[in-house]
Amino acid sequence: MGDRIFIEGNEAVGWGALSAGCDCYFAYPISPQNEIPEFFSREMPKRGKVFVQAQSETGTIGMLYGAAAIGVRAMTSTSSPGWGLMQEGMSNLSGARLPCVIVLVQRVGPAVQNLQHAQMDYKSVTRGGGGGDYRNMVLAPSSVQETHDIVQLAFYLADKYSNPVVVLMDALMGHIFEPLEVKTLDFGPLPSKDDWRLRLRGQRKDGKHIVSPAKGMAEGYIDYLRNLREKYKSMESEIRYEGYMIDDAELVLVAYGYCARVCEEAVNEARAQGLKAGLLRPITLWPFPYKDIRDKAAQGCKFLVVEDSLGQMVDDVRMGVEGKAEVSLVDITFRHIASEDGMIMPQRVVEEIKRLI
Amino acid sequence: MNKKAEGPKKEKVVGTPALFVTEWWTQFLWDMYCPGCQTPLVGRLIAEAIEELGIGDRAIMVMGNGCHAYLAGGLDFDVTSGGHGRAPDIATAMKRVMPDGIVFTVQGDGDCVAIGADALIGALSRGEKITIIMVNNTNYGTTGGQMAPTTIVGQVTTTSPQGRNPDVEGYPTHAAELVATFRGVSYSARGSLHTTANYRRTKKYITTAFQRQAEGVGLSFVEVITACPPNWHMTPIESLAWIEEKAIPDFPLGEFKNVTHIE
Repeated sequence: MGDRIFIEGNEAVGWGALSAGCDCYFAYPISPQNEIPEFFSREMPKRGKVFVQAQSETGTIGMLYGAAAIGVRAMTSTSSPGWGLMQEGMSNLSGARLPCVIVLVQRVGPAVQNLQHAQMDYKSVTRGGGGGDYRNMVLAPSSVQETHDIVQLAFYLADKYSNPVVVLMDALMGHIFEPLEVKTLDFGPLPSKDDWRLRLRGQRKDGKHIVSPAKGMAEGYIDYLRNLREKYKSMESEIRYEGYMIDDAELVLVAYGYCARVCEEAVNEARAQGLKAGLLRPITLWPFPYKDIRDKAAQGCKFLVVEDSLGQMVDDVRMGVEGKAEVSLVDITFRHIASEDGMIMPQRVVEEIKRLI
Repeated sequence: MNKKAEGPKKEKVVGTPALFVTEWWTQFLWDMYCPGCQTPLVGRLIAEAIEELGIGDRAIMVMGNGCHAYLAGGLDFDVTSGGHGRAPDIATAMKRVMPDGIVFTVQGDGDCVAIGADALIGALSRGEKITIIMVNNTNYGTTGGQMAPTTIVGQVTTTSPQGRNPDVEGYPTHAAELVATFRGVSYSARGSLHTTANYRRTKKYITTAFQRQAEGVGLSFVEVITACPPNWHMTPIESLAWIEEKAIPDFPLGEFKNVTHIE
């Protein structure tokens, strides 16, 4: 048993990274995730590890590239405007197949609105927002404990697939306070990085290593793309989701992050009123649990997607059901007050459940 | 093909055998670089400087995006290249994780002081103990000779076809002087390769820059003026004269900062 502490989601990111043996963290301040860089600025130096505050998010993502290229566990975090600046770097990390972790605590957009929560970066995160054809693996926690655990899983999956992994949060998940048990999770053995990582010349045991996003020039471009596609395909074995009362559900809610917490409460209230609602919460947003959604559609379920945007994940659910089920949406316009400070409340979701069942 | 006749001489030329990937120089150099390009000389000077200082086993390098990045294949160090202008960021992370390493970047003028200006200023502000070698050919050579921050007033490029007009396009960026203003910098110099004397001086600059990093003193920086004959629409010989007559009056050569410790 590790220590139990009462802590917010952003700091749980830090504890999760320390539990995973993160060697480097690169910071650029941006709300609502400033507790993360502040945590690392405190904790990394006293462990003899690297903390650097960069000049911008283009800087942090460049530093992440450098650290990943020499094979250490490295991480950065940001919010939505910073995520935009990182896209070229994300494309480079994917192109060079470098393992690293990026935590994105989403806030309202487009552009710089204010600092409140939202879920508007789903598409750029799950599809890749930089140049070229690539995929980020994306994990979405919906509690403080799960945030801590998922950050560790992210490091493991990044190393396993040699690919960037994004932990997608929102301002509410970053600032919610809950109890946390800090503990190191063991996910099993990992492949060695010694056959590709960069070393000082005197540390080399084999020939010269080159890490470059332009690997296609060396191994044949189409073969390089085929290899990427195969890797992305193999990631489908990592699909994770949590079902809550979905076995007998007539209406399946689909939500992640804070909206999943809202939906859990809505399902409880609907069940109390005799309405057979359930919740499917994707933990991996990419790869997405299309098959599990298709299976529920084949059983005759309807779907209600609840997300705090104009509707992004809803497209994945529609792809999953392949036209065989009705898919409805509770989006950001359903917030209880019509401002950045509003949120989607369980009561509003229950109203929709009643309308649909 | 008689590779032996074309390859580097096997004499004990300092730097040449140990840190050069000789097959690359003999087989690919001619495909990669235009006639009269001086970028390969910068690679040679880097290899010689590192070899003479005896720090080759500690070295690792980062390339920018541009013609200079082809040196990645020619020097026998592990190497990476990321986004355009991001080399100082990448080198920062490497140096922080491996403080005993000799971490250096090779960047072009566009890479270093246009798209990568924020990365350069960031590294300078933090006083990263890395070495930056900036190859300045006064234009975007790889993309076909467009105007760069270093294009001199009146110089014709494909995006300043009437010549760089300071009223519209401003004045050249002087990187070595800019770098020297930062307190976290140990060394900043500008050299050229257009005469033998300058070639030797530039080698001394590059050697001193690496020496400062080996001593653990601040960021060291060398800007090297190089000829880009095809984009300048000149012969290699005319290019050398242009450097003497046009470039150097705007880009004075010499050391702008050289300290062995930073207070």
